[in-house]
Amino acid sequence: MNMEQASSKELLAYWQAHLDERARSHKKEGKLVCWSAALAPTEMFIAMDIAMVFPETHSAGIGARKGALDMLEVTNRDGYSIDICSYARVNLGYMRLLKEYARTGEKAEALAKSPAADVPLPDLILTSNNICNTLLKWYENLAVELDIPCITIDAPYIHDMPVPEYSKKYIVKQLDHAIQQLEGITGRPFDYDRFLAAQEQTQRSVKQWQRVASFLNYKPSPINGFDFFNYMALMVIGRGEEFAEIALRKFADELEENAKNGKFAFGDNERSRVVWEGIAVWPHLSHTFKSLKNQGSLMTGSTYPGMWNFEYTPGDLMSMAESYAKIYVNMCLDARAQELTAVAKNGRCDGMLFHMNRSCKIMSLLNLQTAEIVSKTLGIPYATFDGDQTDPNNFSPAQFDTRVQSLSEMIAKK
Amino acid sequence: MSRIDDIITQFQTVTANPKAAVEQYKKETGKGAVGILYLYGPEEIVHAAGCLPVGMWGGNKTISDARAHLVPFTCSIMQSVMELECQGTYDILDAVLISVPCDTLKSMSQIWKGKAPPITFVHPQNRNLAAANEFLVEEYGFVKRRLEEILGENIPDEAIERSIDIYNENRKAMREFCEITADYPGIIDPVKRHAVIKARFFMEKSKHTALVKQLIAEIRKQPMTPWNGKKIILTGIMAEPLGLLEIFRNNGFAIVADDLAQESRQFRHDVPAGRTPLHRLARWWQELEGCPLAMDPGKARGQMLIDLASRYEADGVVVCMMKFCDPEEFDYPIYYPQLKKAGIKNTTIEIDLEEKSFEQARTRIQTFAEVIH
Repeated sequence: MNMEQASSKELLAYWQAHLDERARSHKKEGKLVCWSAALAPTEMFIAMDIAMVFPETHSAGIGARKGALDMLEVTNRDGYSIDICSYARVNLGYMRLLKEYARTGEKAEALAKSPAADVPLPDLILTSNNICNTLLKWYENLAVELDIPCITIDAPYIHDMPVPEYSKKYIVKQLDHAIQQLEGITGRPFDYDRFLAAQEQTQRSVKQWQRVASFLNYKPSPINGFDFFNYMALMVIGRGEEFAEIALRKFADELEENAKNGKFAFGDNERSRVVWEGIAVWPHLSHTFKSLKNQGSLMTGSTYPGMWNFEYTPGDLMSMAESYAKIYVNMCLDARAQELTAVAKNGRCDGMLFHMNRSCKIMSLLNLQTAEIVSKTLGIPYATFDGDQTDPNNFSPAQFDTRVQSLSEMIAKK
Repeated sequence: MSRIDDIITQFQTVTANPKAAVEQYKKETGKGAVGILYLYGPEEIVHAAGCLPVGMWGGNKTISDARAHLVPFTCSIMQSVMELECQGTYDILDAVLISVPCDTLKSMSQIWKGKAPPITFVHPQNRNLAAANEFLVEEYGFVKRRLEEILGENIPDEAIERSIDIYNENRKAMREFCEITADYPGIIDPVKRHAVIKARFFMEKSKHTALVKQLIAEIRKQPMTPWNGKKIILTGIMAEPLGLLEIFRNNGFAIVADDLAQESRQFRHDVPAGRTPLHRLARWWQELEGCPLAMDPGKARGQMLIDLASRYEADGVVVCMMKFCDPEEFDYPIYYPQLKKAGIKNTTIEIDLEEKSFEQARTRIQTFAEVIH
């Protein structure tokens, strides 16, 4: 593939497939594969040449390709409640099928016909509750099911701003401990030079990511916020490696070019701009996008992609610890409301749509309270809808359409 | 009325009307009361300030006002707590400690509706590390300072040490009580057992200990008679409303041990020795085992249940599954096959604090009685 001439979309697809391939070859060569929470500090693992796989991204992909139900059926059989996060259930179902395949050599039909990206079982796992404590429970189960080491970075909930020094110190000591664990697991001394390089690369990737986000401020907007969700995968899987920076720079360049040439996401039809608060409804992504498009509503704000804005000083672990702790959903209500206000302002949004996500308590339980604060601060209306990030059964297209329509009417009345 | 009945009635009076118990404490001592929102909190610090630590475990109430603040998939106990917050039930308290070991509690800490000032703190989850102890000492220090500000009381280390001793003595008495309950199921039925344990949350602990010790002494005077009913172990967050325990009692079940957050998980291990009282309290959290709210990649809970069942020769385990509690729901698929492999019969009942009729639970429990017969 000619990297220079490829579009950002091609680069995104190429790198996603390449990383899965890398994980498979690592496995074949007897090198380590790690499954990791999406916002856990992967810089240490890159330093030790461990291939990373991200179950949340993997589950989202299965959901978007309409393959979730088969995996959910496996976890139903295993006794998982249907009230549990569907990312976790899809992944634990996939893990179960892979485990059975490894044990018997026979691929279950659900695995053989699954549209899931083909990734290998992990040799170790990395989790962090800077997103949610669900990630602790989920990874506990992976660790015990697969009998493999679990490296945990506990990011204490920030109940009072700013992040206390002792909290940062606790995280730094966990990073130190994780390094020792990695030395034990790999049998090699930790590579501090590569660790620093991964931190520096992360900063360069974050710069390009922020450059992409800056186009949400253009009115009309050259970027559709749903694309922002898609490219987020690069920040998850590769922020510590050069390819994420290259692909995101290409995306930002394309957006710059489009803005210059008057090529906007909705052409001349951008009638309103909305915040999408929460994770996408992956199995119904196209429906949600079209429903908004029918109203001329472009999504230009979401706090979700902003979670990957890991700004810190390379070489300074205290600053890295703070950055990994200060995730939007790991902070008190006031801080959340401030962040959402900034996102809505940057996106020049006229209204807000809140996903009451059956799978995600941490992103849903404070939606109403956050909505009220931001709505009052900015004087913009909001609507909510019921959905789920990967369980297709917890979403009603008709309810979504009605809510989007009523939000558009509220916006129009203003 | 026998002396045993008399003591049990005292516990039941407290649990039937916690508000009266709190008011009486305030009147008698001139000191305040501090709520411990659910699960685990450093009660000893509150006790050392002379205040009554009050457990907040919801109630058997219809949910109405809480619906305006919570999504329908919030766990049953937090819906119940929110309802009580909205109704002003907790306004008798002078402060409330909120720990946030799950995603729902993180959110609940941000939307407290009561009048008493909330103090939110974090239990660290990377629990084996010395750094977790240091972090929790700092968090408890924060809790102590906030309490001192709110209550206008200085809380010296010596007072906390004394309170730890009082609490450890209570824990020991409670373990002994649970043991004796297993030996005398004909005297202490599931409803009475629960009242003795739950009263801990509304009584000053040395008073509670004294009464529990009297009860133990009275029970010991009775002859041990063979038990012809079924012996079970409960696991989960809690086994309420009371109607559920009545079904166990009426169907000839004895609870010979429990693994409930509201019951034995509170007192099955002591606060250990340590450098300062706050270090000691922090160690207690690090040594807590088998609770889904305290991270454990080794998942000890299944083996713990198997050991309990064998030690008490239980006929089975009843899983009391708190509705919409994902930490509990995540543990189940791990320990269920372990129980099955060990040949331990088990069943699951849903815990919904709003429930009034218990038809489903009754059928489940009656069926289980036949299965383990």
